[in-house]
Amino acid sequence: MKTIAAISTAPAVGGIGVIRISGDRATAVAQKVFQALSTKKTLEQMHGYTAAYGFVHAATGEKLDECVALVFKAPHSYTGEDVVELSCHGGLFLLKKVLEQVYAAGAEPAEAGEFTKRAFLNKKIDLTRAEAVASIISAQSDASATAALSAKEGVLFREIEAINASLIGLSAHLAAWTDYPEDDLEIPQESELKEKLVQAKARCEQLLATFDVTKIVTEGVDTAILGRTNVGKSSIMNLICGEQKSIVTDIEGTTRDVVETSVHFGNSVLKLSDTAGIRKSEDTIENIGIALSKKKAESAGLILAVFDSSKPLGEEDFALLETIKNKRAILIYNKSDLSAVWQPDILQEYGKEVIIFSAKHADGYHNLEKAVEQALGTADFNPYAPLLATERQKVCLSRALSCVDEALEALESGFTLDAVNVSIDSAVNALLELTGERATEAITQEIFKNFCVGK
Amino acid sequence: MEYFAKHYDIAVIGAGHAGIEAALAAARLGCSTAVFTINLDWVGNMPCNPSIGGTSKGHLVREIDALGGEMGIAADANLLQSRMLNLGKGPAVHSLRAQIDRKDYSRYMKHVLETQENLEIMQAEIIDLYREEKTWYLKTKLEALYSATCVILATGTFLSGRIYVGDVSYESGPDGMFPAKELGVAIRKLGLPMRRFKTGTPSRVNRRSLDFSKMEEQKGDSELVNFSFAAQNKIENKVSCYITYTNETTKKIILDNLDRSPMYSGKIEGKGPRYCPSIEDKIVRFSEKQRHQIFIEPCGLDTEEIYLQGLSSSLPEDVQADFIHSIPGLEHAQVMRTAYAIEYDCVDPLALKASLEFLDYEGLFGAGQFNGSSGYEEAAAQGLVAGINAAHKILGKEPFILDRAGSYIGTLIDDLVTKGCTDPYRMMTSRSEYRLILRQDNADARLTPTGHALGLISEERYLAFLQKQSLIEQERKRLENTSVPLSDEVNAILVSHETSPLKKGCKLIELMKRPSLNYKILAPVDPTRPELPKEVFEQVEISVKYEGYIQRQYAQIKEMRRLEKKLIPPETNYEAITGLRLEAAEKLTKIRPHNVGQASRISGVTPADVSVLLIHLAKSEN
Repeated sequence: MKTIAAISTAPAVGGIGVIRISGDRATAVAQKVFQALSTKKTLEQMHGYTAAYGFVHAATGEKLDECVALVFKAPHSYTGEDVVELSCHGGLFLLKKVLEQVYAAGAEPAEAGEFTKRAFLNKKIDLTRAEAVASIISAQSDASATAALSAKEGVLFREIEAINASLIGLSAHLAAWTDYPEDDLEIPQESELKEKLVQAKARCEQLLATFDVTKIVTEGVDTAILGRTNVGKSSIMNLICGEQKSIVTDIEGTTRDVVETSVHFGNSVLKLSDTAGIRKSEDTIENIGIALSKKKAESAGLILAVFDSSKPLGEEDFALLETIKNKRAILIYNKSDLSAVWQPDILQEYGKEVIIFSAKHADGYHNLEKAVEQALGTADFNPYAPLLATERQKVCLSRALSCVDEALEALESGFTLDAVNVSIDSAVNALLELTGERATEAITQEIFKNFCVGK
Repeated sequence: MEYFAKHYDIAVIGAGHAGIEAALAAARLGCSTAVFTINLDWVGNMPCNPSIGGTSKGHLVREIDALGGEMGIAADANLLQSRMLNLGKGPAVHSLRAQIDRKDYSRYMKHVLETQENLEIMQAEIIDLYREEKTWYLKTKLEALYSATCVILATGTFLSGRIYVGDVSYESGPDGMFPAKELGVAIRKLGLPMRRFKTGTPSRVNRRSLDFSKMEEQKGDSELVNFSFAAQNKIENKVSCYITYTNETTKKIILDNLDRSPMYSGKIEGKGPRYCPSIEDKIVRFSEKQRHQIFIEPCGLDTEEIYLQGLSSSLPEDVQADFIHSIPGLEHAQVMRTAYAIEYDCVDPLALKASLEFLDYEGLFGAGQFNGSSGYEEAAAQGLVAGINAAHKILGKEPFILDRAGSYIGTLIDDLVTKGCTDPYRMMTSRSEYRLILRQDNADARLTPTGHALGLISEERYLAFLQKQSLIEQERKRLENTSVPLSDEVNAILVSHETSPLKKGCKLIELMKRPSLNYKILAPVDPTRPELPKEVFEQVEISVKYEGYIQRQYAQIKEMRRLEKKLIPPETNYEAITGLRLEAAEKLTKIRPHNVGQASRISGVTPADVSVLLIHLAKSEN
């Protein structure tokens, strides 16, 4: 396979940037751009899991940056191929320049996810782990990296397995009682069945609820700042972006043309996806209308609604409050530094968090951060708790949940237990899909382990 | 001196439940067929329970019947008592179980074989089996050499059989018959992946020595259902069974003598069935259980022999007598046959295709216990499929493969050839993910058109089947179209069955959907109901009540059959497929699944491997 290379750290400003080169010719390619100072060995001569300190240079010999080269030998690397990782100090610009040299030395640009794909194809990781890894790659904050890691380490699986074990136990009891009608087994009690199903349902729901939070932490949430003209939207916007030194990315989506700006705020990532639009609207004041607010309110996952305390509330303000009535929103009582013509209790009547704010003095900034965490449900985000890192896991779990619901429904409406049992089996199958096992086997084994049956 | 005797299209070794169905199917499909048995007096013997059916096994018998096999008709013809098990647990798990007169059954089956066109049955022990050119040769003990294009191995527990009772062990087939010792050597020489399994059977005692007053009587059902959909034999209950229990004394006797069991002293290497534990197994593994149930089952009308279900053992004869005598009602039981464990050779079924032909031995098929299963019904089911496929080979037709979604037979075979088995395989309803559809009551709807297309179901029977189906359809339509007007009478009925009263009139079908209602309850508000056979009402009621579940299962089946349709070329080199994990490549190379669906069910093949396989197939198609 061809040798590929890419910047494998998030393209953030500052910090260490890593260029990963993978393939048969990885060491040869790296050698062309790297000059070791700490060793006389070439990268090709070095053993796996060893590092050399030196610098990267252009073909002309021009020194580009200090660098540590880490050598991995197949199959003992992430991709299962020979891998060299060049850790450089400089920022994005320099890193890109080094990468160009690496390409010039014979490597080809890696396609999105190609390292993981190779790792997968080289049997280094299975699909579930690949998904967890994919999550790491796209993780945009520390918390999400930890969450993705713990998925890989099996925190999630332990929870899923625990739910599954209880369902398998239920099913095995029903199946043993059915398949061995002549053995004097305990008759499954409907009340007990129901109790255990309700428990399983609650655990599935709890696990599913973490999914949204994970998604917010890993992928960010579309956030709209809405309000009448001149209430201070752009100041707040600038405050959020400017105060945060780490404007995380300007990712040009591979499948989308939209440019989105993501910023860390609290422990979450806010995707201020229509920044340009908002700013533009600010310039052409007259264009901001209720209709536009409505449209934005619809698509946003979080709304920051801004109100000017120094001017009387108008028709547009009340229309906005009406529009966001059923949305996840925070109300900002702005310009608290000026003398107020109305009190925040008017806003408080709308049942949403109200933040007394002064964009000018950054008063209330911390409270806003906390309010965002609360609203998004990330305040209690525990990166070590079982988290659903990927869509597939969510799909399987949702399916299991609906099967458990089915079983409960069958039980409640007085259906025979064969129907209940089939629904439980389907739930087990849905959960086992994550590990590639099958319900019939798992249940059969359980029967013979736990029930004295047979002639 | 060896002499050449005759050539057949198909030779079947063994005339047990697998051999019978295999031979009959082959002969009925027009192939010249021979059946070889070690003892002609024990064709279709039941060396263990004198019964046919039971949970999921009853399903198998009805499916065999729906496809045109013999077991169901023969069971009806020789029935002593019948019960539908699991009533009240839902239609998916209703299962027929019948006590059978075992001698009569054997005589009956022998006669069926004797009178079948294209079929020759003979008493001869096959001692050698080999292939030259494209022909199989079978040599008998009396040195006759037969040849056949296809051979079906249905050797049951005879193959290199060895019996164990306590310290005593000797080479033997079941029920005191000769073992097939030399054939065992010949088959190992062929290179088939053989292994040892074991099974066991309890003692038989004389009825006259039992005290039934200390036991619970178990009568047959008052309304009986035939195994056969043709229902040509009238069936009735002729005997009762009884139930008694082991106690602390039984337990103590067994535990005190455990060191004398060949199982516990490690003399037996064969793997025993998990679901058919000996009494000593049950007592050791489930020591917290106070008592174990024993069923007292008559073996026939013209014998006093009684079978003690639940007391299978390989403890020494004196210990057996002691623990039997500790059980209420059996205090003075006179033991007529001692319980024994039997160890035998069988094949790893992963070496088989879904057609039950061996992957690497063209024209050689396996069926029944030889394939690692257990049970008369499982054996008969495989015999039928092996017989049909051997015939199809002769006739140049495509292999006949039943899938998991269509039958328990398909599930059984798919499990065997895809997952293999580490102990004798028993069918169970929990093994079928589609069991709300694969019911015993609709086996005819599922399989009789197939049986007819195969040529195993007569025109007459097929017409009767079609008529039943049309009555079912009409009756369902009638329920859909018949209105029930709002009335005090209907609401009184609904309320008395704890279901909500009507607010306005509705269609009859809406009421039938409610779990607590049925045809009988609704009779007073259904004056236009026609006279129909009860099977027709049953089908309509189940299909209406369980419609939601049935539809869901059909949706799953549709999804499952998507992968089932993606065939894998037999010559596929899995090791050359990039991205396939080593374990998966090894398993796939061994099992050689015929389609991606089967591949996806192999343990150790992950969804990721399936994706890789699909990508590979898509690539090689282009």
